[in-house]
Amino acid sequence: MTSGSNGQPLVRLSHVDKWFGDLHVLQDIDLSIDRGEVVVVIGPSGSGKSTLCRTINRLESIQQGEIFIDGERLPEEGKALARLRSDVGMVFQSFNLFAHKTVLENVTLGPVKVRKQPRARAEERARELLDRVGVGTQAGKYPAQLSGGQQQRVAIARALAMDPKVMLFDEPTSALDPEMINEVLDVMISLAREGMTMVVITHEMGFARRAANRVVFMDGGRIVESADPETFFTAPTTDRAKDFLSKILHH
Amino acid sequence: MQFLIDNFNLLWDAFLTTLSISALAGLVALVLGTLLAAARVSPIPPLRGLATFYVETFRNTPLTVVFFFLIFGLPQIDFVLGFFPGAVLSLGLYTAAFVCEAVRSGINAISTGQAEASRAIGLTFGQSLREVVLPQAFRTVVPPLGNVFIAMVKNSSIAAGFAVSELSSLLPRLVNANAAQLSAVLVGVVVAYMLITLPLAFLVHHVERRVAILR
Ligand SMILES: Nc1ncnc2c1ncn2[C@@H]1O[C@H](COP(=O)(O)OP(=O)(O)OP(=O)(O)O)[C@@H](O)[C@H]1O
Ligand SMILES: [Mg+2]
Repeated sequence: MTSGSNGQPLVRLSHVDKWFGDLHVLQDIDLSIDRGEVVVVIGPSGSGKSTLCRTINRLESIQQGEIFIDGERLPEEGKALARLRSDVGMVFQSFNLFAHKTVLENVTLGPVKVRKQPRARAEERARELLDRVGVGTQAGKYPAQLSGGQQQRVAIARALAMDPKVMLFDEPTSALDPEMINEVLDVMISLAREGMTMVVITHEMGFARRAANRVVFMDGGRIVESADPETFFTAPTTDRAKDFLSKILHH
Repeated sequence: MQFLIDNFNLLWDAFLTTLSISALAGLVALVLGTLLAAARVSPIPPLRGLATFYVETFRNTPLTVVFFFLIFGLPQIDFVLGFFPGAVLSLGLYTAAFVCEAVRSGINAISTGQAEASRAIGLTFGQSLREVVLPQAFRTVVPPLGNVFIAMVKNSSIAAGFAVSELSSLLPRLVNANAAQLSAVLVGVVVAYMLITLPLAFLVHHVERRVAILR
């Protein structure tokens, strides 16, 4: 796997621990993600996948360990954290488009307010991105007027508008009707092909096989196994991974 | 009726006084109440504590006591407000506590996903409030805010007890001298209040329909 231009991983988690009260949700997590790498995170419900993903842009704080994005330690709070977050795109299971703003305004808000781009330029770029994810004709509508698949593609465009260094996806297709899943996965696959660094929590094993460089399997707050998709799906080494795969692949 | 026409100037002045106390106090309450609500949801604990203290203090103090404190209490420490500014400030500071709670309930009604999405694109706490959370919160709290402001207009009558010649102060003034005109004076004053509160209620209804968000 290739390292970044400066020879260090783009995202690095080192001995990360997190508790929710007594619950030890993340246990001594070590994870490095290189530039351009696509990492799929899978594991049973409650294993800590979402929490892991959310610590990377500090929507969840951690109690121990360190997280670095592009060599910079994740700030605790304030403006420095906001700036770092602007480099980390996030796509949520429930889309979370801004309900009171049009599709176009959803995509331009970050570039205008955070990147201080002139509105005209931000809009031009937003329209390009909306075209690219296939919802260019919906720019003037409100999120509630769009289908789930369209909303999620707008959410991807919104994240892309910030030119993020890395994109996090937390089950981006699991709130979608089956016929809309592929339109979102196709956008994600093309992103992966173009070299975007991605962390994707998903149950879509087809996506993992086609687009992932690596599959990380979590259970009980730990990373239990980490391998390229072919190896992971055909020859998992741990019993827990075998057990999990037999459950999801045989129905 | 003739009695009211004869005293129209008095009634008109009192109406304008009530209207201006309400408008000015409403402005104070809206701005301060919104700032307080922002403080109550802020990530900074001392700010949250201060705002909570403010709200609990004013919500649990009778308005008359607030008036008394600002108009007669502050001069004790050589801070003389005067009756009219004292009335505006008392009513504004008091109502801000209720505005705060209404706006805060609106903020809480906005899904956490909206705030998370705005933080995820790099908006600061203040930007996230201004651009994403508050505009949606206000939409949901238009009706309760309307109630707060209608109550405030009526509460402005407390100023009558503090030498402000607003609408309610007309009742004793006119009736004491003309006992037979009691019902005329009552009708005049009630109608004058309604000239403020009914358009306010209508405005609230209108705004509520205009800003209803698709979900
Ligand atoms: N805010 C919270 N407060 C307390 N406990 C939480 C919180 N968020 C998550 N948890 C708990 O932490 C554990 C890990 O949750 P997480 O959402 O990371 O799991 P997950 O692997 O994403 O599961 P799923 O596949 O169901 O989304 C679960 O037991 C969950 O109940
Ligand atoms: Mg999850």
